[in-house]
Amino acid sequence: MKLQDIPVREEQSLYEVRKKIYPRAVHGVFAWLRWAAVWATQLVFYGGAWLTWNDRQAILFDIVHRKFYLFGLVFWPQDVIYLTVLLIIAAFSLFLFTALAGRVWCGYACPQTVYTEIFMWIERKVEGDRNARIKLDQSPFWNRFPRKAAKHALWIALAFWTGFTFVGYVTPIRELWGEVLAFSTGPWETFWILFYGFATYGNAGWMREQVCKYMCPYARFQSAMFDKDTLIITYDAKRGEPRGSQARLAKQGIQAGDCVDCGICVQACPTGIDIREGLQYECIGCAACIDGCDQVMDKLGRPRGLIRYSTTHAMEGTPTRVLRPRVLVYGFILAAIAAAAAFSLYVRVPLKLDVIRDRAALSREVEGGLIENVYRLQVMNTVEEPRAFVLSVSGLPGIQLAEEPTIGVGAATSRVVPVKVRVPMEAVKPGAHKIEFELRALGNEKVKVEEKSVFIVR
Amino acid sequence: MTQFTSGFWDVYIAILTVVSIVACAVFLKSQSVRKAPGKVDTTGHTWDEDLAEYNNPLPRWWSWLFYITIVFGLVYLVLYPGLGSWKGMLGWTEVGQYQRETELAAKQFGALYDKFAAMDVEALSKNPEALAIGQKLFLNNCAQCHASDGAGSRGFPNLTDRDWLYGGDAKTIETTIANGRNGAMPPFGEALKSDQIKDVAHYVMSLSGGAADSIRVARGQETFKTICAACHGPEGKGNPALGAPNLTDRIWLHGSGEERIMETVTKGRNSVMPAHKDTLGEARIRLLTAYVLSLSR
Repeated sequence: MKLQDIPVREEQSLYEVRKKIYPRAVHGVFAWLRWAAVWATQLVFYGGAWLTWNDRQAILFDIVHRKFYLFGLVFWPQDVIYLTVLLIIAAFSLFLFTALAGRVWCGYACPQTVYTEIFMWIERKVEGDRNARIKLDQSPFWNRFPRKAAKHALWIALAFWTGFTFVGYVTPIRELWGEVLAFSTGPWETFWILFYGFATYGNAGWMREQVCKYMCPYARFQSAMFDKDTLIITYDAKRGEPRGSQARLAKQGIQAGDCVDCGICVQACPTGIDIREGLQYECIGCAACIDGCDQVMDKLGRPRGLIRYSTTHAMEGTPTRVLRPRVLVYGFILAAIAAAAAFSLYVRVPLKLDVIRDRAALSREVEGGLIENVYRLQVMNTVEEPRAFVLSVSGLPGIQLAEEPTIGVGAATSRVVPVKVRVPMEAVKPGAHKIEFELRALGNEKVKVEEKSVFIVR
Repeated sequence: MTQFTSGFWDVYIAILTVVSIVACAVFLKSQSVRKAPGKVDTTGHTWDEDLAEYNNPLPRWWSWLFYITIVFGLVYLVLYPGLGSWKGMLGWTEVGQYQRETELAAKQFGALYDKFAAMDVEALSKNPEALAIGQKLFLNNCAQCHASDGAGSRGFPNLTDRDWLYGGDAKTIETTIANGRNGAMPPFGEALKSDQIKDVAHYVMSLSGGAADSIRVARGQETFKTICAACHGPEGKGNPALGAPNLTDRIWLHGSGEERIMETVTKGRNSVMPAHKDTLGEARIRLLTAYVLSLSR
């Protein structure tokens, strides 16, 4: 039957109240893996802000001074290309892993999943597992109030710490902690701590699967990267059906499948779907249903894997191909960009030069039969120690600098230097001539940059 | 603007705005229930021959977001100006915000300038920290005409030579920056014949020791004494009170050579240095003065 032909039972509101989901805790290899991912990502996130390097915070987006510190590296606004590259790498990683293994990002590493996992752990510790929580919610207000209050207090504390850590990557976290203790955070610091705290509390505590279902664009477009060879979480209907109690089905003369219809897969699902109905867009690939089903199969002494990671092809009995054009294309582009980025970072010169020609003053004659042009040089010393640089210019016969070519610049700062360039009048014709500035670090010949400009004679 | 509009339009716009907002709310309410559906509602798109998508209900809070925008809009219109001529309860104005931000900046950066306020300009011109700020101010405010190195270009005075049109002491430079200057040389194209102008040009060229036709120099000297000397002085040494350039040095603001000088005499020159006291303020002008002084040393 076509979808369009299914009759609707009743008049419907276009909006519905969310049905609260009470995911049941399950244990198993995938639950363990998800917790490993929680620890791995959160140790980096909560801990990373406290690391020190060169007497400063190791990872710091210093927005006020427009510098990004990443351990030994200092990125300037001119390095924004690396941010672009990072985003491209992230995007292609998502494409590649989705094509190969489905929504592994959603299931294990996405902050929404990770914080929901932590918040649900707190909820379980305070209110108990699924059944206890359902019961608690049905009990009178004053009955459930103490546990609810305790849960929200813990959630808010964790959310606040998350917001604080987040802001700690933008303003130095040790100073920020002092300000927090003294209630003296600045207006924007306060706002962003509360904002990210509220976002964590709201998304991980209240919104949960609705973020994935209604808000997340990645969740929706990942289905475009699926094919029949993509790893998905699937119910083996051939083995499981007909489901139900073996004894009851035997009475009707039916040979029962392995699924006992215990419903643990539905109870464990954090998005509230029944995986036995097949692949659905709500499925975030967290594998909680696999763990749940394996638990039951173990108890029944039946083989594991009634619900398992598999592919559509495998379920249909055709062999799964891992290396297919889309995997190769994503993989190749990802490897190429990552290699290019690594190479570019390796050969990156910790010195930048901008040459801005004076616009109003085109050219002027000076004593000695010379034509003079004025340039404004912005010299950016991107390392954290003061250095001296030697400037030279080339491109025209007899071209020379009017002044001492050594320029000193402080640690990780930039300096604007007006520079006069002169050319003998008889050596050049009127018009615009290409010239090139070269700036070398004094005592380190490898650190040099070249920058093109124009010399105008009229 | 009031002469072009009447109070009617304020009311007209206000009514339109309120009616639109109310209509949005009514529309939201009326469209939140599906009436008598016959079949399963899909989005209407079909992909890959038979793939359709349910038009499933959105969560209830989603519709609240729409209502929140309506409430936000109403609250905004009460607090801020936006509804006809209603000024808003907060009394917010663009001008007020600009003034607040300027005051804030003055408070924030005032301390930076305060410590220089006690020093005289002469001392500032030897203070590296003051000069660093002065250079930034110069590059942002002066370099457009006087060039990044302060050496100017044709028509814009060179600040690095020791030749000053109006005087090179700290007080005068400060006045020049604060109040601006208007150096006007009147045109003589109508008062003098072109041959006379050529004679004057040759005389002017001879003043700084340049090559010139001696007959024209002699004739030009007469014209110079009767006309040009009024500003440039009988010896052509200029007059700092008027900003009239010294013609006996070899510094040419508007270019040397017979042709350029004749152009200057014929058409006159009108050089404007804008006043900066309103945009920069006293503290910055003092630092700029110090920097300009340091350029000429």
